[in-house]
Amino acid sequence: MNGFVPETAAPRTAAGPPLAGQVKELARRSIMRTVRQPAQIVPATLFPLILLAINSAGLESAASLPGFPTDSYLTFALAFAFLQAGVFAVIGTGQNLAEDQVNGFFSRLQLTPIRPSALIAGQLAGTLALGLFQAATYISVGLIAGGHIEAGIPGALVLIALATTITLAFGSIGLIAGMRAGSPENVQGLFPVIFVFLFLSSMALPRDLIETDWFRTIATYNPVSYMIEGLRSLLITGWDGEALALGFGSAVAILLGALAVATASLKSRMVRT
Amino acid sequence: MNNGIEVEGLAREFKGGVRAVDGIDLEVRPGSIYGFLGPNGAGKSTTVHMLTTLLPPSAGSARVAGYDVATEGASVRDAIGAALQEAALDPQLSAREHMRLQGALHGIPRGERRQRGEELIERVGLTEAADRKVAGYSGGMKRRLDLALALLHGPRVLFLDEPTTGLDIQSRTALWDEVARLSRDEGVTVFLTTQYLEEADQLADQVGIIDRGVIVAEGTPAELKAEVGRPTVEVVPTDHTDRPRVAELLQPFGELVPGTPNGAAVRLDDGGEELAEVVRVFDAAELRIANIQLHAPSLNDVFLAKTGRSLEGAQAEVATDGETGEQPVLEGAPA
Repeated sequence: MNGFVPETAAPRTAAGPPLAGQVKELARRSIMRTVRQPAQIVPATLFPLILLAINSAGLESAASLPGFPTDSYLTFALAFAFLQAGVFAVIGTGQNLAEDQVNGFFSRLQLTPIRPSALIAGQLAGTLALGLFQAATYISVGLIAGGHIEAGIPGALVLIALATTITLAFGSIGLIAGMRAGSPENVQGLFPVIFVFLFLSSMALPRDLIETDWFRTIATYNPVSYMIEGLRSLLITGWDGEALALGFGSAVAILLGALAVATASLKSRMVRT
Repeated sequence: MNNGIEVEGLAREFKGGVRAVDGIDLEVRPGSIYGFLGPNGAGKSTTVHMLTTLLPPSAGSARVAGYDVATEGASVRDAIGAALQEAALDPQLSAREHMRLQGALHGIPRGERRQRGEELIERVGLTEAADRKVAGYSGGMKRRLDLALALLHGPRVLFLDEPTTGLDIQSRTALWDEVARLSRDEGVTVFLTTQYLEEADQLADQVGIIDRGVIVAEGTPAELKAEVGRPTVEVVPTDHTDRPRVAELLQPFGELVPGTPNGAAVRLDDGGEELAEVVRVFDAAELRIANIQLHAPSLNDVFLAKTGRSLEGAQAEVATDGETGEQPVLEGAPA
């Protein structure tokens, strides 16, 4: 072939290109894009570790409070690092999608026979890869610093599973933010709002030790509390079915809800004739 | 197989009742290059977005490669390639990675995808840079990759939305050559929007001039120029005091044109072929001439005649209005 326009267009199936192939290539792109931007990986991984170091050094005496579930504040605080990773998942995923719209890459995708579900799955692949890396890092650093996992090695695997589910849930919120915010800068503006939302939970103290009524009420209704408590149960209690069910349940509910909204937003954003 | 474009009464209204495109008709012959010329904000990109199915029309109809853009969007997208106003690339990916992704999304089998990707990368001169991240590419390299990506699935109709804006002259010329080759050698129909008169003049078989959402003129560049005027001849004497004499000698050839500070100019009654006679008259009069120039009518003259403004003036007007471009807002479309 001398030219670039074949006599007939490239062969297509009646149903269009296979979904799996689209997801695979978009996931590959998402992971490469994440890995090639240290600015997305380093702060998202280091910042929670710095807060963990500050909290566990400054609040160690809180572990002596009557009713505190463990004598190691480090082990108690470790769970929060996974949630902070979730905040970065919102921002990173949202910014990536917003950037695609700003630089026109989204229009390029719109001109292909892409399925919205492939785009969502692909975008979340990078978020998932980063979430796995962060979870492995926090567990390793926590153990080296003297923390422990009461549920043992199987518990560590469940911990990673719950942490990545949480990251995907937050990442899906990021997809909504990315589609609606219009620019990466606007997505970045969500950071303080989400961070406050994280703090209004059982992040610093177990709920039954929070004495301020309004704070305890908000923490009780905040699903973040249940995600933290699910993670914390594996670190401190061992195997607590209820805490894990609530933790996974909260994360999956947010994941499914956010995915539904993200899919609807994406379909509307990808309007084509 | 119809590779052309047929548009009838196409219109697009945005929020607030702004009609970016106001009932345009046009026809692009299969295998030809159609230059869609107009200032920023004239409605060029909105038209391209409708023809590429990215934006539903508010009214009218359009068929691209034989398919209706409103009801057969998927078939249209299968038949077209598009390089939109911004080079739509991921700065973190290389050219090869872009090719791989684009091919997979179009469902091109892996072997064919790789072969066509390599051929296109070579064709647009990016072989050496093919594994470098696009973030490090120049504007011209990005545009060439954008073009290559638009061609990967073998489109029959190619949309190029201001493909050379911001490029240096070498990159611009290289892109023109490639677009001309695609039309000439491969029969690709090209719909090219531009705000550069020279680009439309050099490349397009047919030109449509759009202003404020309405097509104000259409035809071949030669037809359009012939329609608006005759060429002028400007003569600058060596001695400036000879200006009245120059004007006197030029007078019989046509209507004198004002505004030539160093000489005199006349709009020729019978076209450019009179230039030789003008030279002979000045030679016979033994009047020393510093410069003699034939000015052919330009597309800017056409724009001026049809809109009452020069194209450059229209651009400045848009800038004064604070408008930065005409990328339609797709959010929440149809707006």
